[in-house]
Amino acid sequence: MALLEVKDLKVRVEEREILHGLTMTVNEGEIHAIMGPNGSGKSTLSHVIAGKPGYEVTDGQILFKGEDLLEMAPEERAAKGVFLAFQYPVEIPGVTTMNFLRTALNAQRKARGESELMVPDFLKKVREVSKSLNIPQDMLKRGVNVGFSGGEKKRNEVLQMALFEPSLCILDEMDSGLDIDALRIAADGVNALHSPKRAMVVITHYQRLLNYIVPDIVHVMSKGRVVKSGGKELALELEASGYAQFEDAA
Amino acid sequence: MNVAVAKTGNGRAVSDLFASAEGRLPGSPAVVAVRREAFETYERLGLPHRRIEEWKYTDLRALVGEVLSLAASPDVAALKRAAEAVKANAIEGARKLVLVDGVFAADLSDVKALAAEVGFKTLREALEKDAGLLKTASTDAVIALNAAMATDGVVLDIAAGTQLSAPIQIIHVATASSAAAFTRSQVAIGKGVRATIIETFVAAGAKAYQVNDAVIVTVGDDSDVAHIRLMDDAADAVNITSQFVTIGANVKFNVFNMTTGAAVSRLQGFITLAGEGSELSANGVNLLQKTEHGDTTLVVDHAVPNCVSREVFRAVIDDRAHSVFQGRIIVRPDAQKTDGKMMTRALLLSDEAEADNKPELEIFADDVSCGHGATAGALDESLLFYLKARGLPEKQAQALLIQAFVGEAIEQIADDGLREHVIGIAERWLERRQ
Repeated sequence: MALLEVKDLKVRVEEREILHGLTMTVNEGEIHAIMGPNGSGKSTLSHVIAGKPGYEVTDGQILFKGEDLLEMAPEERAAKGVFLAFQYPVEIPGVTTMNFLRTALNAQRKARGESELMVPDFLKKVREVSKSLNIPQDMLKRGVNVGFSGGEKKRNEVLQMALFEPSLCILDEMDSGLDIDALRIAADGVNALHSPKRAMVVITHYQRLLNYIVPDIVHVMSKGRVVKSGGKELALELEASGYAQFEDAA
Repeated sequence: MNVAVAKTGNGRAVSDLFASAEGRLPGSPAVVAVRREAFETYERLGLPHRRIEEWKYTDLRALVGEVLSLAASPDVAALKRAAEAVKANAIEGARKLVLVDGVFAADLSDVKALAAEVGFKTLREALEKDAGLLKTASTDAVIALNAAMATDGVVLDIAAGTQLSAPIQIIHVATASSAAAFTRSQVAIGKGVRATIIETFVAAGAKAYQVNDAVIVTVGDDSDVAHIRLMDDAADAVNITSQFVTIGANVKFNVFNMTTGAAVSRLQGFITLAGEGSELSANGVNLLQKTEHGDTTLVVDHAVPNCVSREVFRAVIDDRAHSVFQGRIIVRPDAQKTDGKMMTRALLLSDEAEADNKPELEIFADDVSCGHGATAGALDESLLFYLKARGLPEKQAQALLIQAFVGEAIEQIADDGLREHVIGIAERWLERRQ
């Protein structure tokens, strides 16, 4: 079943068109990779799906589980099951990770008409997931991402993904700034979350990440459009020949 | 210039006020003489206005206009209302001293428990003997007015070596609308004392009232004292409070002020480090909305060498509210090796909110480390989006970031229970916003 349908999407930032009619469909259980050179519009797409302000959609639509995503506030999208793992997770001094996780989870549950998660259940869950992601307990008592290394910040994003149980996870350049070991831990965390109902969209510059998170479908973006889609072998092809061949195609 | 300005309707109104109140003001003949002199000082100066440098941002003539007449002594019904407010605002485990409309309310206070550890009198009682209680070195008009009009207060004497087993909470309750209360308290702390003093200002149904409070604190050597003031007066009230603190040697003094109420408020603190080796931590939070005007003015005077002072101040300003922070650090010529730092930050939640930050360093010694910083800005959009992308609605995301912002000042309160109490007041303010 189609989870995410992007149809002929055109997006502007300050009078400049970044996406010129982008179309793609992500079905339940699929892992998609979006690759492309800098400035091709990969991150813009992820921001528009999450509802970041500053982007003007001039044409096209985005449907999530058949509903118009662009009509929803960012927090409604989160409650419906859209999760963006940020390329650069922000630091929030003075808000402990634990408090943030509980507040966010309960806000989502409330929006869905569910009861608040009881504290012991919540703590148990956080402990389990953070252990599997190699996140020390004392990190959870510190301000959100304050003093975290690049790898720790990305693992904190994966921790949230595991707790919030979204149906669509968009990973924006998850590999940037990570060494191999950090990348492996984060990727293992992501793979553990893969399920027949949950889809992943992995945005990346390099093929490297796709050795760890193996996609079903690879899209190549250039100049604000998807210029080619194919199987996982397309990523290897790109690694060998580079993006230049697609610059002209766009 | 000032003389001409002082001869306005304001001065005459006070004159009538003083004459009509004089019969109700306690004190010996010597006290009456001090009051008259203070009143004459006030009459000459009138309410402070913007041409007086210290009051530049808080023009009481424009903001307040006139001083209201003295509140009547509370009757049985008023005391009953006050009892409810006391119950709602009492800090668990603290020993309460309650002033209702400027008059000490023994039945609402824990005098008996307190007297076992601390010398206690009301100002009314103390003024029978000691006219000095109304004297301060200040020439400020509102302080002179306080000396002239003070009806009551608490006078505490904490003997050397006392380790208070419970905090003392002085609760000011207003029950009378459109009237003024004048209170003055004194806390004399001996050597080697450990104490926590809390002052709470609240309303019990009163509207449009005025509070003018003064508190004089002296701290003996080797003491460890926390002084916390929580001003949550009615939204249309006026609260002007003056604090005078003199600190001895090797003292740890931690003062925290929070403003969450009153249409017009000013806390002016004058803190003198008079003994070497002491550490002062002076912190505060203003939470302002609608058209509220909240002024925190702190003068920290390093009179001797080798003291440390730290000031952390946070203001959160919504709607058309106006926050003022004036922080002056004075380092006297002898006060070498002074380490004084001050940081003030304002968070503006609306385009019409206003913050005035005025840090001043007056340094007369040459071997010191002093600094100040001031910022004003809006909530960080990238942090807000991150929280919203995780499911928090706008107001809730704002509330979380505001709590974090003021947390930097609130976390300076060492006691866990007190800190939680203060966080609770901030949370209620945030709920009122939503």
